[in-house]
Amino acid sequence: MGKRIVIDPITRIEGHLRIDCEVDGGKVKDAWASGTMFRGVEQILLGRDPRDAWTITQRFCGVCTTVHAIASVRAVENALQMAVPKNAQFIRNVIIAAHAIHDEIVHFYQLSALDWVDVVSALKADPKATAALAESLSDWPMNGVKVHTATKERLAKFVESGQLGIFANGYWGHPAMKLPPEVNLLAVTHYLQALEVQRKANKIVSILGSKTPHIQNLAVGGVSNPIAVDSQSVLTIERLLAVKESIDSLKQFVNEVYAVDVAAVASFYPEWTKIGKGVTNYLAAPDFPLDERGTKFMTSGGYIANGDIAGMKPITAFGDTFFREHVAESVKHAWYQGGKGALHPYKGETVAEFTDFQEQGKYSFVKAPTFDGKPAQVGPLARVLMAVATKDDAILAHLTKLLGRVESIAKIKLPLEALHSTLGRHAARAVMCCRNVEILEAQYKLLLDNIASGDATTFEKPTFPAGEISGFGFHEAPRGLLSHWVVIEKGVIKNYQAVVPTTWNAAPRNESDVRGPYEESLIDTPLADPERPLEVLRTIHSFDPCLACAVHLIDPSRRDIVQVRAL
Amino acid sequence: MTHGGGAARGRVVLGVGNVIMGDEGLGVRCIELLEAAHTLPPDVIVIDGGTSTHELLADLEDLDLLVIVDAVANGAPPGTQVRLVGDEIPAVFSNTLSPHQHGIHDLLATLRLLGREPGRVVALGVVPVRMELGLDLSPEVAAALPVLAARVVAELAGAPPVGHAGAA
Repeated sequence: MGKRIVIDPITRIEGHLRIDCEVDGGKVKDAWASGTMFRGVEQILLGRDPRDAWTITQRFCGVCTTVHAIASVRAVENALQMAVPKNAQFIRNVIIAAHAIHDEIVHFYQLSALDWVDVVSALKADPKATAALAESLSDWPMNGVKVHTATKERLAKFVESGQLGIFANGYWGHPAMKLPPEVNLLAVTHYLQALEVQRKANKIVSILGSKTPHIQNLAVGGVSNPIAVDSQSVLTIERLLAVKESIDSLKQFVNEVYAVDVAAVASFYPEWTKIGKGVTNYLAAPDFPLDERGTKFMTSGGYIANGDIAGMKPITAFGDTFFREHVAESVKHAWYQGGKGALHPYKGETVAEFTDFQEQGKYSFVKAPTFDGKPAQVGPLARVLMAVATKDDAILAHLTKLLGRVESIAKIKLPLEALHSTLGRHAARAVMCCRNVEILEAQYKLLLDNIASGDATTFEKPTFPAGEISGFGFHEAPRGLLSHWVVIEKGVIKNYQAVVPTTWNAAPRNESDVRGPYEESLIDTPLADPERPLEVLRTIHSFDPCLACAVHLIDPSRRDIVQVRAL
Repeated sequence: MTHGGGAARGRVVLGVGNVIMGDEGLGVRCIELLEAAHTLPPDVIVIDGGTSTHELLADLEDLDLLVIVDAVANGAPPGTQVRLVGDEIPAVFSNTLSPHQHGIHDLLATLRLLGREPGRVVALGVVPVRMELGLDLSPEVAAALPVLAARVVAELAGAPPVGHAGAA
C-alpha cells in the first residue's frame, strides 16, 4: 500500500469556472458565471520582443495551444501591415484545421458525451442489438457485434476494478439520462474509437508544426518550415503524403461516426433543442485565408444581432475596421480596477481588484467583452449561422444532413430556430467538424499545388519601425472567435490583450448589467434533481468551456448551498 | 516525435506544467535541461507536455516506463526533491486543476481503459516555491533543477534514486 499524502492542488493556468444558480420551482431563475482565478497572463508579454510573443502565448492554455500562437503572429503581422507568403498561410491553415478537428472530436466524446450517455447503463446492453442499431444508422465498418462485445467486456472490467478514473462521479442513473442501453453502449464504443482516431489529427499538427502539443514552426512573417522535395530534415513530399492518409481516416470517422452520433443522441433528447438558448447575438471571424493579405477566406465571419440572420453584418478581412471598432471589455462586474467604462483592447487594463463574490457587484476574474455594447455568443454555432447568412453551400449541406437525420430518427420537425439551443451548439460543432475535414483536404492540396508550381517561399522578414504601432489578429478557434491585440513601441510590446472565446461566453454581467452568454443560457433550465445539477452541466459543456468547472447552487426557499464538483 | 503506438514499447520522460507560472513549469524546464545538457539512452523520448492532455495520448501508449517530471506540492519544504511511485501517483495528480479537470490522472486512467498503460510510472519532482505569473523559476527551484535532471538520468539508468526525501 502506498503512503497517504496530503498535497496542495497543482495549479494550472485555466483556473476554475464557478457557476452560481438560483433555483426556484425546479428551474434556474438566475445565474452567475465566475472565473475564480486571476487571468492577467498578458502582463508577462510587456517589454518583450513581439516576434517571441507567440511562443509565450501558446502557453496561455493547455487545451488551446496552437490557437494562441496563430492569433499572436497575425496580430503582430497586422501591426506591421505585412503580407504573408501563400505557403505559410496554407501550412498554418492545415494546422488550424487539424487542430480544430482534434478539438471537436475530443470535446464531443471525451469531454461532453458523458452528460448524455450513461456509461453504467451500457453494461445492460445487448451487443447484437447494438450492432443492428449501429448498422441501420451508418456504414462505419467498426460497428459489428464483436466490437460492441469487446467494449462491454472492457467496460465491465474497468468498472469492476473500482478505479473508475475518467468515469468516476458520473451522473449514472440520473432521471435526465434517457438513452436506451444499446445507444449508450454504441456511444461508449465510439468513445474508445475517438481516442484512437484523434491521434490522426494530432499527427498532422505534429508533421506540419514540427512538434505537438506546442508547435515550433511559426514566425512573424510566415513559418519556419523550409520546403524541399529531397531532404529528410525539412517538409518533404514524403512527409506530406503521410498527412493525406490521416485526412482520409478523419473524414470517414467524422462523417460516419461523429455526425451520426450527435444526431442519434439528439433524437432522444428533443426537449434540449428548446433549452439553453441564451444570448442570440453571434460573432465569428472569417478564417482559412487564401491570399497573402487575408482578404479571401474559406469560412465567413460577421455579427448577427438578436438572431436576425438576414441582417448579418460581415467581417471580411484581416484588419477589418467594423470588427476593430466594436470590441470593448467591461470590468464593472469583474475583479479589476475600473471606473472608466468599457475599454477598447488597445487601451485595456488588467489590474486586479478582488472584492469577494458580490452578486450585484464584482464576482469574476473574467472580463465582459461586448460587440457594439452587447454580449455576444461565439463558437461553432456562430460559424454555422454565418454560413446560413452567406449561403455557404458546403456547410449548409452538412447541416441539412444532420438535421434531417434527427428528424427521421425522432420523427419530429426541426426549424432553424432549434439551433439556438444546447443541442444546437453540439450539432453546429459536428457540422463544422465535417466541413473542417474538407477544408483540411483543400488546404493540403493548395499547399502541394503551390509547391509544385515552384514557390518555396515560407517567410518574409519583419522590420519594426521606431514609432508606436498597433494591430490585432483574429482567429476562429474551435471554441470561437479569438483576438489578440498588440501595441508595439520601438520594437517591444507596450500593451497586449487577448480576448479569448471563453471570455466572450463566460462573461459576467457587462457595463449595462446584462448577463453574459453562459448566464443567459441557463435561465429556465429545468432541474430534475438540484443536488445533481446535470442539466446545468449539459448547457455549460455545450459551449466547450476552457476552464475547469465547479457548480454551486443556491435554493432561495431553503437557503441551502449545495456545492457540486462538476465533471 | 509522435510515433504510431500499437506494439512499440519504449520509455518516455514527460515534463508537465505551465512555464508562464514560475515554478509550476519546472517539469518543462527540466526537459529543456535534459535536452541541452544530457545524452539520454537512444530508446528514451523526452516530451514537453505543457498542460496538454489528449494530445499526449499517442506518445504515452504501451510504454515500459513513464517518468513524469512536475512540480509536486506535498507539504515538504520548498526545493525538496520528491519521488513518487505506484499508488502515490494518482493521489497526487487527481488533485490537478487542469483543463476540463482532465489532467495527468485522467490521462493515466484513459491509458488503462485502452489497455495501454505504462508498465511502470515514476514521478520525479521538486516542491515549488512560487507558482505565480512569470517566466522565471525561483532561485531555490533553479538550484534544484540540475539535481532533478540528474535524478531523471539515474532513474533511466536503473540506479537507486538519489536525493530522495520521500513523501511527507
